[in-house]
Amino acid sequence: MGDHHHGPAKGLSRWLFTTNHKDIGTMYLWFSFAMFILGGAFAMIIRAELFQPGMQLVEPAFFNQMTTLHGLVMVFGAIMPSFVGLANWMIPMMIGAPDMALPRMNNWSFWILPPAFLILASTLFMEGGAPAFGWTFYAPLSTTYAPPSVTFFIFSIHVLGMSSIMGAINIIATVMNMRAPGMTYMKMPLFVWTWLITAFLLVAVMPVLAGAVTMMLMDIHFGTSFFSAAGGGDPVLFQHVFWFFGHPEVYIIILPAFGVVSQIIPTFARKPLFGYDSMVYATASIAFLSFIVWAHHMYTVGMPVAGELFFMYATMLIAVPTGVKVFNWVTTMWRGAMTFETPMLFCMGFLVLFTIGGFTGLMLSIAPADFQYHDSYFVVAHFHYVMVAGAVFSMSAAVYYWLPKWCGKMYSETMGKTHFWISFIGFNITFFPQHFVGLAGMPRRIPDYALQFADFNMMSSIGAFIYGASQILFLYNVIATIVSGKPTDKEKVWEGAEGLEWTVATPAPYHTFERPPAVR
Amino acid sequence: MVLKAKRLCKLALGPVLMLLSLASAGALAASSKVNEVNMPPGVTEVGQRIYDLHMLILWICVVIGVLVFGVMFYSIYHHRKSRGVTPATFHESTKVEIAWTVVPFLILIGMAVPATSTLLEIYNTDDAELDVLITGYQWKWKYEYINEDGENVEFFSNLRTPQTEIYNAEAKGEHYLLEVDEPMVIPVDTKVRLLLTANDVIHSWWVPELAVKKDAIPGFINEAWTQASEEGIYRGQCAELCGKDHGFMPVVVNAVSQEEFDSWLADKQAKAAEIRELMAQTFTMDELMERGKAVYERNCLACHGANGEGGVGTAIAGSAIATGPVSGHLNVGINGVPGTAMQAFGGQINDVEMAAVITYQRNAFGNNMGDMVQPIDVYNHKNG
Ligand code: HEC
Ligand code: HEM
Ligand SMILES: [Cu+2]
Ligand SMILES: [Cu+2]
Repeated sequence: MGDHHHGPAKGLSRWLFTTNHKDIGTMYLWFSFAMFILGGAFAMIIRAELFQPGMQLVEPAFFNQMTTLHGLVMVFGAIMPSFVGLANWMIPMMIGAPDMALPRMNNWSFWILPPAFLILASTLFMEGGAPAFGWTFYAPLSTTYAPPSVTFFIFSIHVLGMSSIMGAINIIATVMNMRAPGMTYMKMPLFVWTWLITAFLLVAVMPVLAGAVTMMLMDIHFGTSFFSAAGGGDPVLFQHVFWFFGHPEVYIIILPAFGVVSQIIPTFARKPLFGYDSMVYATASIAFLSFIVWAHHMYTVGMPVAGELFFMYATMLIAVPTGVKVFNWVTTMWRGAMTFETPMLFCMGFLVLFTIGGFTGLMLSIAPADFQYHDSYFVVAHFHYVMVAGAVFSMSAAVYYWLPKWCGKMYSETMGKTHFWISFIGFNITFFPQHFVGLAGMPRRIPDYALQFADFNMMSSIGAFIYGASQILFLYNVIATIVSGKPTDKEKVWEGAEGLEWTVATPAPYHTFERPPAVR
Repeated sequence: MVLKAKRLCKLALGPVLMLLSLASAGALAASSKVNEVNMPPGVTEVGQRIYDLHMLILWICVVIGVLVFGVMFYSIYHHRKSRGVTPATFHESTKVEIAWTVVPFLILIGMAVPATSTLLEIYNTDDAELDVLITGYQWKWKYEYINEDGENVEFFSNLRTPQTEIYNAEAKGEHYLLEVDEPMVIPVDTKVRLLLTANDVIHSWWVPELAVKKDAIPGFINEAWTQASEEGIYRGQCAELCGKDHGFMPVVVNAVSQEEFDSWLADKQAKAAEIRELMAQTFTMDELMERGKAVYERNCLACHGANGEGGVGTAIAGSAIATGPVSGHLNVGINGVPGTAMQAFGGQINDVEMAAVITYQRNAFGNNMGDMVQPIDVYNHKNG
């Protein structure tokens, strides 16, 4: 493969041995979509069981396995790899680099993912069932009281962590070393900036997650008592370690999404991004703050009041840079000349719904009120507004936005818009009522509920089936585009698009920027 | 019919509701509990303060939301290419950017002040007049009333909803999943300190109307407090995932007048003293059989059958365990058979009852072991 002037290898070996950032990006994207469908199938089982009060389809133990796997697969299998895939495709093309800085490691960081998820999924067929302790796997439910399959879970988390760390190192090395001459840091597209910061977050916290699962492993098999009170350990320690990873993790998920939206809104507003510098600083401050707010997930564990106050104030502060971002996006639209193609629609959906999720986040940050919200469906509503309407909507926007550049064919705008509207409506029918039942007292992670929650839960389930179905349409649209979309060879697919990726041929050739472009 | 139609209306209303933005959450606070859309202010002063705080922040968010979305939709409508506009080119403004950093910051300070004072109030467990130790078990709660003078009172509180309702063989009752065999009882207008811990995994004790949610963690004792101002029955649930039956361990608190509470407690104490006396006693075969029959009919018959013939559970008549060594039989009664419907009864029935029912099973239904189990045997089995 040393000779760069050849195209891709033929057959399966192209994909197994490839070191090409576009191939690897493509594999990440397809893999994450497959995981999205798998995690979505688990969600459908959950919502089907919750359609009515009473146990109908599954047993409580299996229900817990579904919620656990749904969370793990969506976070680690669908959202994170999808943005890594996007980074692989777009970062070299956005900074004028021929490829990622560490292409062989790139291949490796993708290819250890599928086995890791195979192992995780195989726990479903093991004695005692799959992990059933929630995606936050609090000890001692996940240690002393866990099914035997927890060991495989730990192994798969380790592998996922390695993959993420390698991916992150690669992105850092690429952005720091491979920028075209003239591409200074403050000229980089925002997507590159948000990913650079995300990559630093990943390198900082994935080892902490690895530490947490290693301590679990020691407790389970080697007689230690990190998290077992009976042996002098501390179950709350687990939560501190987990959330020291977990809170930055939620920003690992959303920062690249911020980047995507910051690319797309200016294109369709035909007006430069408002407040580029403040966007960069806001992203950096969010990243910094994300390290000192973790215990806002633990207001009810019985921390001293001083700790409680510290974490409350720090969490409230995050609303400031987050607000700055939202204001900047809206001001970018202001007095632009907007059109509303599918990517823009998804960004508008993102803007409205993510802001609602931010509001509920602010409400949750108020510790005394969180005593009522915590571990209720209100929290479920909050994080789906930020993760689905935030990360997944922006990912859909990204696919529609760059798909023509990737494959040289236009998707069907009608189908894209239909996908958006069904998603948007389905999403809200699913998750808006969850605010209500949560406030009224419905705890999360329960397979059955009291009668007063019945109507809103039924609504929620109907919405979920609608949202789920709309993703099939998405899949169909993407495949139809690749197979028989209307060909286009315009370099600049979108009239208002700016950036180096729009200067290469369409479809993007296998190798781009073998010679660095000139950056003004 | 009318009810059904109403329900359908409500369902149809759903999508409309959702579009009404968060404001609807505040405006639509219904009177009945069904389809409640907001946090209950509850029956405690702290609960009221939390509710006020919640509403304050909700409305602040609604106002900001209306402004931001207002500008956004104005822009979406007016600044579209199809209206023939030419895009402006501005892309920064230090003044505006400073303003929208500083103003939110000030708003946050405005929120932090009431939040801090409410939090301090929640943490103030001083001057409590009554202490209750609450222990979470997989999947039930245990309440212990700690009394310096006199008998401690302790009991388990189990889900009372029958499996037949859960598995849809029978119509669901009004308090489906939110009902227990024995509720916690507290006096109204009294500051009650709750001491929370757990026996196995982490649980979380939550009653929305009492505005208390606190984790029960093995090896730790957490503190919380409440003071109900109205008599009534308040229902909640375990809020922290604690394994298979996490969804089936409700919390029910009965707040009663001081007199009623005193007599309830005295009653409980008398019963506890009685049992303690019984524990030290040696019973005759007839006494054990009589008590055992009653315990069996109350606790075991449903699964093991009126004549020990079995059903959900295995047959007791002629069973190898009931006709085998006493220790093996006691072990099943006390610790159950993990992974089956046979639960651990050791923590649910007292030692006298256990001794009686084991003796009964060994000597009824044609089992003729002729041996007796005394409360002290149960005690020894449990403790060594
Ligand atoms: C919810 C149903 C249920 C209830 C109530 C119940 N059991 Fe059981 N019991 C079972 C089941 C199921 C088994 C079989 C367990 C197994 O598979 O080994 C069993 C087995 C036993 C056995 C062992 C019998 C044998 O030879 O295998 C004893 C002894 C026993 N139960 C005692 C009791 C006592 C005493 C009570 C009342 C205090 C009781 N059970 C109440 C379901 C129940
Ligand atoms: C304004 C910004 C935000 C604030 C102030 C905020 C605040 C909070 C708080 C306080 C909680 C804990 C609630 C509880 O368990 O009681 C929480 C939960 C959560 N948040 Fe956010 N949040 C914000 C944005 C985000 C974003 C951007 C994401 C992800 C994309 C996110 C994902 C989550 C998740 C996944 C949980 C639940 C974790 C769990 O228990 O499983 N949040 N948030
Ligand atoms: Cu967080
Ligand atoms: Cu629980």
